[in-house]
Amino acid sequence: MSAGSPRLAATEPLAGPGPAVAPWSPSPRAGKRLRHHVVTLVVENKAGVLVRVAGLFARRGFNIFSLAVAPTHDPRFSRISIVVDVDSAPLEQVVDQLDKLVNVVQIDELHPLDAREAELLLVTVAVDGVSRSQVIQLAEVYGGKIVDVGPGAVTIRLASAPEALDDFEEVVRPYGILQLQRTGRIALPKLDHES
Amino acid sequence: MELTGAQSLIKSLESQGVEVVFGLPGGAILPVYDPIIDSSIRHILVRHEQGAGHAAEGYAQVTGRPGVAMVTSGPGATNIVTPLANAFMDSTPLVVVTGQVATKSIGTDAFQEVDITGVTAGVTKHNWLVTDARDIPNVVAEAFHVATTGRPGPVLVDFPKDVANSVTTWEEPGPVDLPGYRPPAAADPAAIAAAAELVLAAERPVLYVGGGVLKADASAALARLVELTGIPVVTTLMARGAFPDGHRLCLGMPGMHGNYTAVTAMQRADLLVALGSRFDDRVTGKVSSFAPLAKVVHVDIDRAEIGKVRRPDVAVVADCRLAIEALLAALRERAAARPGALDPTRISPWIAMLDEWRERFPLAYDRTDAPEARGGPSPLKPQYVIEQLRAATPEDTVLVSGVGQHQMWAAQHWRFDQPRSWVNSGGLGTMGFAVPAAIGAKVGRPDRMVWAVDGDGCFQMTAQELVTASAERIPVKIAILNNAYLGMVRQWQHMFYEERYSEVYLSPDLPDYVLWAEAMGCVGLRVTSPEEVTPAIEKANEIDDRPVVIDFRTDSMEQVYPMVPSGLSNDEIVLHPSQQGLAR
Repeated sequence: MSAGSPRLAATEPLAGPGPAVAPWSPSPRAGKRLRHHVVTLVVENKAGVLVRVAGLFARRGFNIFSLAVAPTHDPRFSRISIVVDVDSAPLEQVVDQLDKLVNVVQIDELHPLDAREAELLLVTVAVDGVSRSQVIQLAEVYGGKIVDVGPGAVTIRLASAPEALDDFEEVVRPYGILQLQRTGRIALPKLDHES
Repeated sequence: MELTGAQSLIKSLESQGVEVVFGLPGGAILPVYDPIIDSSIRHILVRHEQGAGHAAEGYAQVTGRPGVAMVTSGPGATNIVTPLANAFMDSTPLVVVTGQVATKSIGTDAFQEVDITGVTAGVTKHNWLVTDARDIPNVVAEAFHVATTGRPGPVLVDFPKDVANSVTTWEEPGPVDLPGYRPPAAADPAAIAAAAELVLAAERPVLYVGGGVLKADASAALARLVELTGIPVVTTLMARGAFPDGHRLCLGMPGMHGNYTAVTAMQRADLLVALGSRFDDRVTGKVSSFAPLAKVVHVDIDRAEIGKVRRPDVAVVADCRLAIEALLAALRERAAARPGALDPTRISPWIAMLDEWRERFPLAYDRTDAPEARGGPSPLKPQYVIEQLRAATPEDTVLVSGVGQHQMWAAQHWRFDQPRSWVNSGGLGTMGFAVPAAIGAKVGRPDRMVWAVDGDGCFQMTAQELVTASAERIPVKIAILNNAYLGMVRQWQHMFYEERYSEVYLSPDLPDYVLWAEAMGCVGLRVTSPEEVTPAIEKANEIDDRPVVIDFRTDSMEQVYPMVPSGLSNDEIVLHPSQQGLAR
């Protein structure tokens, strides 16, 4: 996936004629086995910061798997978590170029083994009288929550480690995923337990 | 004290020490042009916004101070994108102020609205959209700080019309508060120590000097380093003049059109000390075979350059001058502890080999005094014109060039002996750079003679700025090497496209460059034979009240040699035909 289209929207556009909820055919999670690192940036909360970061990735040919942006506890700063495809460019070069952006205040490069990662998923799964309870059970097993119930579908919310979301996607896929949206992973460094 | 946002902006520029602004007014920037009338700042009215940008670059390159340009919104702003990109590539400090539609109109596709901060995000170090007039003094201070510190570069301040018209107050800006901007300062002593050890151990070292040495004003320190170590120097296209060509250890320019000795010295070196150079593809040729035997010490103020192309053995992230001075101290310390460590004989076989190459493979071209050697329609050789120009002009002349064959001949055949005496477009390769950049250079250094060597193709892109030069009494001198072709493109078609010349012919006399020059208020001269060259230059040198343009009708067939064909190894350097049979 290119930097120009980070995995922000997994759904088809809803505009135009046709069913409001079209069956979504998921792409196999091709990126799953690629090497990826999480780079978290603390950025100044100023207009255009996201454009500068995304533009840098596009311009330098660095690929993004996912991108999550939100304010931090300090209203002057936001945190951007980017999952970088380190096969597209040396991570060191990505970090050094990001460091040159004036609005980027801090960069933490997290190896997956050194990070506490989390991600949020919303998925609408097709169900019938037989499968409804199975799907609800699966959601409970993974710690998910049923947030909406319709006549032929349920919507589940699951917040967990990204790999658990991957697994959950796979187990509900046979029932029919109608819509799916993930936030992209966020991460903080693991705490030092030794001292 | 109450004042308008426009007045606050001009006052802020004044307080930054700005003496000259190159610009062209328009709707959105109108309010800012009113207080210029009362300002100490000299405004130079260009004829096209691209000219303002390149003039500001020329000014910055010769003075070391930031160049300032001011244009209106929309097309005014997009017209200056090329100079911003050029300055970004060549690390030239530039502050560009653009007008913008009123903040309430932003996003409505208003007349002459362009999202110029968005457009220029990739070609500026940083840019700002001012939304509150109270921010003006601080934003301007930040803009100059970012443009001039660390690795210098262009910045842009976008200035909406309602902000310019609003009433505000002006306060002395506080200390710059940019928590994410931390340019490196001194060099890491451990890295310097490691670099010193490599220098002492090397048998075939080369100092690979780039534009960063000029930006850091490190020429004097570099000269001391050469004096102490006896290591030979190559100066890249951006670094011509950083170390004098007249010095016995200066090997000249490396790269695609570098001379044999400079190119081959790097290929055979066992140590490259890269000082403010970035392993550009025009220097390295095919990267995998570039300097294959060399250990690399890479000194650069921009950490992102370290390892971008070539992984160094020692990385020094620092200002070049500070790094060189630290290296000097480290070497002196070691030389004191280990007598003979810097004995010149340690590298004398290497120097002898370089001297032999220089003797056998100098820059060569068919001399004009032997026209029968090549024949052709014109016996006037462009290299000869440059040699005569160098001989007939003062030592401290500033030479400016455009982009193409003439640029390479100028870089090869001019003798550069002083820093900041060479102004050209290196990284971006912007045709049309020379005329406006020469104007900016002359404004920055009115005490110096400023000559531009330009091509006929380049000249046609920005010649209108000679109207600016005439109107403002800026007596630049332009030598057009008129070969009637887009010569460098022609050369590639000659060498790589079986002489199928596609869309490169321009004609020697359409336009008539002499008449065109005269129409723009310049003196126009024409030279068609070798005997006329020096008299025409001497005549031009005497004219100091207006610009001069000389139309040198040069040999269309001339090629730039040597040449490393694109994508090939530097070992496959193609020499001048007269040298091609010689054993290397």
